[in-house]
Amino acid sequence: MFEIASADFIAPDVKRFRIIAPAVAKKHQAGQFVILRVHDLGERIPITIAESDPDSGEITIIVQGIGRTTKDLNRKTSGDQIPDLVGPLGQPTHIENWGKAVIVSGGVGTAEALPIARAMKAAGNEVISIIGARTKSLVIAEELMKDLCDEVIVTTDDGSYGIKGLVIEPLRPMLESSSPPRLILAVGPLPMMKAVAELTRPYNIKTMVSLNTIMIDGTGMCGGCRATVDGKTVFVCVDGPEFDGHKVDFGELQQRIGQFKNQERQSLDQFLRSCRAEKSVEG
Amino acid sequence: MSTSATPSPDKQLTPKERMRIPRQKMPEQDPRQRTTNFNEVNLGLTEEMAIEEAQRCLQCAKPLCIDGCPVIIKIPEFIELIVQGDFIGAAAKIKEDSSLPAVCGRVCPQENQCEATCVVGNRFSPVAIGNLERFVADYEREHDMIQVPERAAVTGKKVAVIGSGPAGLACATDMAIYGHDVTIFEALHEYGGVLAYGIPEFRLPKKVLSVEIENLKKLGVKFVKNYLIGKTRTLDELLNEDGFEAAFIGTGAGLPWFLNLPGENLNGVYSANEFLTRVNLMKAYIFPEADTPVQIAKTAVVIGGGNTAMDSVRTAKRLGAKRAIIVYRRSEEEMPARIEEVHHAKEEGIEFQLLQAPIKYLDDGNGWLKGIECIKMELGEPDDSGRRRPVPIEGSEFFIEADFAVVAIGNGSNPLLARTTPGLDINKWGNIITASETGATSKPGVFAGGDIVSGGATVILAMGDGRKAAAAMDEYLKSKAKVASDE
Ligand SMILES: Cc1cc2nc3c(=O)[nH]c(=O)nc-3n(C[C@H](O)[C@H](O)[C@H](O)COP(=O)(O)OP(=O)(O)OC[C@H]3O[C@@H](n4cnc5c(N)ncnc54)[C@H](O)[C@@H]3O)c2cc1C
Ligand code: SF4
Ligand code: FES
Repeated sequence: MFEIASADFIAPDVKRFRIIAPAVAKKHQAGQFVILRVHDLGERIPITIAESDPDSGEITIIVQGIGRTTKDLNRKTSGDQIPDLVGPLGQPTHIENWGKAVIVSGGVGTAEALPIARAMKAAGNEVISIIGARTKSLVIAEELMKDLCDEVIVTTDDGSYGIKGLVIEPLRPMLESSSPPRLILAVGPLPMMKAVAELTRPYNIKTMVSLNTIMIDGTGMCGGCRATVDGKTVFVCVDGPEFDGHKVDFGELQQRIGQFKNQERQSLDQFLRSCRAEKSVEG
Repeated sequence: MSTSATPSPDKQLTPKERMRIPRQKMPEQDPRQRTTNFNEVNLGLTEEMAIEEAQRCLQCAKPLCIDGCPVIIKIPEFIELIVQGDFIGAAAKIKEDSSLPAVCGRVCPQENQCEATCVVGNRFSPVAIGNLERFVADYEREHDMIQVPERAAVTGKKVAVIGSGPAGLACATDMAIYGHDVTIFEALHEYGGVLAYGIPEFRLPKKVLSVEIENLKKLGVKFVKNYLIGKTRTLDELLNEDGFEAAFIGTGAGLPWFLNLPGENLNGVYSANEFLTRVNLMKAYIFPEADTPVQIAKTAVVIGGGNTAMDSVRTAKRLGAKRAIIVYRRSEEEMPARIEEVHHAKEEGIEFQLLQAPIKYLDDGNGWLKGIECIKMELGEPDDSGRRRPVPIEGSEFFIEADFAVVAIGNGSNPLLARTTPGLDINKWGNIITASETGATSKPGVFAGGDIVSGGATVILAMGDGRKAAAAMDEYLKSKAKVASDE
């Protein structure tokens, strides 16, 4: 059992949890994730570790309530327990001094990118953060990024905050500039990572993407998380999650991620129904 | 199946009379019924049937059955106790040499082991040793009479067991009995290894396993789940910082092989590990009550001929596949699956397409599998395994329509632990190298056994490894203590 030390909504449907997991906190490095289950018949889902404190033994995760498990998780509050949680899983982000590095993040990916930004900065990089969101209220972790990075640029799809448009808008001129970044790291929704990789490809700038596949065990045992990178099959949970974005087969990945979408819909509907039933009983 | 002909146990039967008793047929769920549920197929012998079956044993002076048993169970002795009606005594007799008889009685390939060498088998069907083993273990459990073995005086020595499959469980049992302070570390959220995530409920009910785990807890073994050695903590940290004086590695095979054919990552193509884990460990067969989904196939094709392939194809059928097909590149004779499982699969309407191999998975245009291009094979010269090598017949390609495929061609060794443990020698396939008598690895105080050493074998061999290593670990700890006190 893993106790939730604190839980707060930081944006609509987006909740930040501090969870007491001392062994995980001690080992965590930027880019790694945990797999957790919220109840006895629950599914196992991967969630990136946004922060860890080896002294207090806490890890922080940021959860966007989208599917059955994340919505269920977001009903939990401080003092509640998470029955199963294992980690830190995956390979840590490769950190070196590239000179200038740009971290592009979207949605909760921004929280996930925090430890990467911190490590990149510590390695001596000039770090620029580009944060993308649908709308102003969904921009998260901007202040934290500001503390860590040399520059933070925000874009919103609807123009309610920062630059109107997608994250690639401010990125494009950087690639064209006389001192382009030597590393781009994209963390967030698949279409965003794909767009970033496509944009940087002609410039031949190293572009890493953090893949978020369906996972079960997270130990390399099932192969459910497989993706094609450079024409070869990789297991994202143990070989990744970060890969060279210019070599990832995004089309296949998009299809694989949607593999269970009908069942996921069904599961979510059932969950929402049961929540409503609970509410009406209480009410 | 009348028991009226059963001679009273006290009457001495002649060998001829014994051999004339027919082998008791294991009662089973009707094939048509059982393909609609996940309940166990074999229902177990009744007391009368068990005694009758036990009477068939000739009590050989030189029991050949024991030669076939990897852990040297005193077979005629436990069978004699059944004849006397002492079922609990019989279970205890088996446990002198083996842990988990309720599991082994269900999943051991007896037809290649004890029952293959039983002399009655020379002229008639061999004594049903496996069914008897299962019977006494079930009797003991169902009557709540499982005895927790006695422990030696507490030594205070901490021992780590990595992985809770049969190898780890067996090692932990013995180390606890020797008096050591044992902790099992398991990566998943449930204990049992393949017994929990691989072998389906209809062959090994999870209840059988959970009772065994509970008993190990009573014996004082500590269980830590959600703990991946190599990530959450390294083996060296356990040994150097956490006070463990010895460790046993039983991490299993656990790296699914694919054939690297075009289209293998299409939706609808799974490794057997993924498919079985979804269904068994994650209980997808009760989706949406359980959250983890699984695809319900129209036509399921399973590639392979081992137990894993049989478990996968029978699982697909139970989930509702209209057609469930085994595609295997050799002939039935070479199939590594247990005969009983092949037989059960056939009864359940599983189709067997032998001497065929897949060459390509085809896309329906939306990223989903629509079928498999296969090629016919013929058997050529024997290969390293002694089985005749399958050779493709040129121009014999054909197409099987299928929306679901499971690749069940075996497992490699998971590299995670070895990669994070300097000084632990592995061979070119990634299996840990050990001294065969002791299970000792290249790292002092570290022992290993089961699939991570053998590359993939059986439950009983994994258990045997665990016990052998426990004996050697105990010696190691004693000699270490002696050296320390001599100094
Ligand atoms: C579907 C299927 C059907 C089978 N049917 C039969 C049968 O009928 N009869 C038979 O005799 N054999 C059968 N086998 C083979 C048999 O199950 C295996 O040989 C046996 O389970 C091996 O035992 P083990 O203890 O070595 O490893 P496993 O059972 O594989 O257990 C290893 C455990 O270690 C854990 N682990 C791995 N790495 C780590 C780590 N770094 N840290 C912590 N924990 C870790 C894993 O999660 C797992 O729980 C079957 C196998 C499969 C897959
Ligand atoms: S070989 Fe067969 S008949 Fe002889 S002791 Fe063993 S089980 Fe009994
Ligand atoms: S999640 Fe099972 S191998 Fe990656």
